[in-house]
Amino acid sequence: MIKFSEEKLKQVEKIIARYPEGKQKSALLPVLHLAQQEFGGWLSPETMDYVASLLGLLTIEVYEVATFYSMYNLKPVGKYVFEVCQTGPCITRGSDDIIKYIGERLGIKPGETTPDGLFTLKTAECLGACGYAPMMQMGKGFKEHLTKEKVDEIIEECRRSAAINN
Amino acid sequence: MGRKLLLDKVGIVGIRSYDVYRENGGYSSVEKVLKTMSPDDVTNEVKKSGLRGRGGAGFPTGMKWGFLAKPEGVPRYLVCNADESEPGTFKDRYLMEHIPHLLIEGLIVSSYAVGSNRTYIYIRGEFGWIVDILEQAIAEAKNNGWLGKNILGSGFDCEIYVHPGAGAYICGEETALLESLEGKRGNPRIKPPFPAVKGLYGCPTVVNNVETLSTVVPIINMGGDEYAKYGTGKSTGTKLISACGNINKPGVYEIEMNISVEEFIYNDEYCGGIANGKRLKACVPGGSSVPVLPANLLLKTAKGETRMMTYESLSDGGFLTGSMLGSGGFIVYDEDQCIVRNTYSFSRFYRHESCGQCSPCREGTFWMEKILWNLEHGKGKMKDIDLLWSVQGNIEGNTICPLGDAAAWPVAAAIRHFRDEFEWHVTHPEEAQRRNYGLAGYAEPLKAGV
Repeated sequence: MIKFSEEKLKQVEKIIARYPEGKQKSALLPVLHLAQQEFGGWLSPETMDYVASLLGLLTIEVYEVATFYSMYNLKPVGKYVFEVCQTGPCITRGSDDIIKYIGERLGIKPGETTPDGLFTLKTAECLGACGYAPMMQMGKGFKEHLTKEKVDEIIEECRRSAAINN
Repeated sequence: MGRKLLLDKVGIVGIRSYDVYRENGGYSSVEKVLKTMSPDDVTNEVKKSGLRGRGGAGFPTGMKWGFLAKPEGVPRYLVCNADESEPGTFKDRYLMEHIPHLLIEGLIVSSYAVGSNRTYIYIRGEFGWIVDILEQAIAEAKNNGWLGKNILGSGFDCEIYVHPGAGAYICGEETALLESLEGKRGNPRIKPPFPAVKGLYGCPTVVNNVETLSTVVPIINMGGDEYAKYGTGKSTGTKLISACGNINKPGVYEIEMNISVEEFIYNDEYCGGIANGKRLKACVPGGSSVPVLPANLLLKTAKGETRMMTYESLSDGGFLTGSMLGSGGFIVYDEDQCIVRNTYSFSRFYRHESCGQCSPCREGTFWMEKILWNLEHGKGKMKDIDLLWSVQGNIEGNTICPLGDAAAWPVAAAIRHFRDEFEWHVTHPEEAQRRNYGLAGYAEPLKAGV
């Protein structure tokens, strides 16, 4: 049974309090972010149902939102998700080569996860970092001015930190 | 050095923190309006300044505020649009990252003007670390008495909240943004009613861009008339331009709207010229939605006048020979860049971001991407170019929101100015599969294309 910790439930209450009384549906997007972060990096039907019950919404109200926005993962993803921007301005700075290189290094294609469950490679549309291209989103932050060397370093860093945490 | 009004303090060490910001004159505009001005006085100063919306549409901000309905007993809302997602645009992000208190200060003054006691910043979800920066700035402002109840004893109450989106370009459209803020899919609403009458939770609402709201601070500090002396004509003041693509110095620049496009591209104070000693081929001057211009039409208008970095000059000649200042997302292409490939990438973007409500946009963006993919990969036919032209023409003007237009315009402009490059992809299918086209001839003056 999926359930937020007491601490996270307090956070949910704080989020709901940002909106006028009776408008707790507004809390849906931020609470889904929190749920995705807490429950394995993706939104399972069970997680979505739980969020619906927390906010007093119909489950369909949650499903229709979760399927609309690109940041919500509807299938399991790796521990580290590389979302590489592939829109025009990044292309002019060589994003195609970077996407190809990451794929080769990890042995996966965009949309796939490595068998060890460590990495997922995704392509993304404009992330608002065109002047620092090529770039990708990783967790809460951006990795910018990517080169093959920098990609190698990032992959190594992820592997090291995963080994420590295990 | 050009004059700056927004980024003038960005170089100061620690300006991101409240104390340093305050020591450097921060929050003085809040003191000024709460102690000496009525909300209408604030709106009037903004009207006098000539400030136009910095999100892309360029609508006069003071006029937008003037449209706000004020029925008794109904709350009004100010919402800051920080859903910066237009390809080529990364200026609002820069402002929020480097000088977040400027936005908070602008939001308090603007909330007072429109009468909003609960103001939201709708920020794109991908900017997770900026959410933290803004929340810290809001907490600091509140601890120092600039937010909360009865601010400075004026009787005015105001709270600011940050609301993250979750990855949807369409939420930059103001009615889609409001839907999303209400916890729904980002489907744009049919207008009228406009948000000024029926916006967030059915209440009168003003939605303004980050840069627009930040600019309210210097306007109040110096006065609307003084602000209007900056810039040229109806392009008053300064504008943030985010420059990217094949230039020596990609980045965010604040320009006074009185410099030429040529100066912006080649001067070391700005882009610093084309990278790797290449030549300029083309440029998308205002974010991916606006028409691409070949080098000759970029630097001079069809009438032969110098093209300036202003709303009027960049749109001179309409869409036949001009473009738009738009959001200030300035994408530069060197001689090696393939227009078909870049147009394909923009079409893929709009197909991905179409909300799917309106058939012309949902189906049209899908077909444009498909046809462009074929052309780019050497599988296109001559008649595909005309088909593409026809599809884009059937999207424009036939949708609820401007995303349809935004998807159609770049395709139309690419065919209008670079038709021979599309044809080359059909006649040279094998070479077309190589990454770039490299028609260096485009760097030389061309006669005005139609």
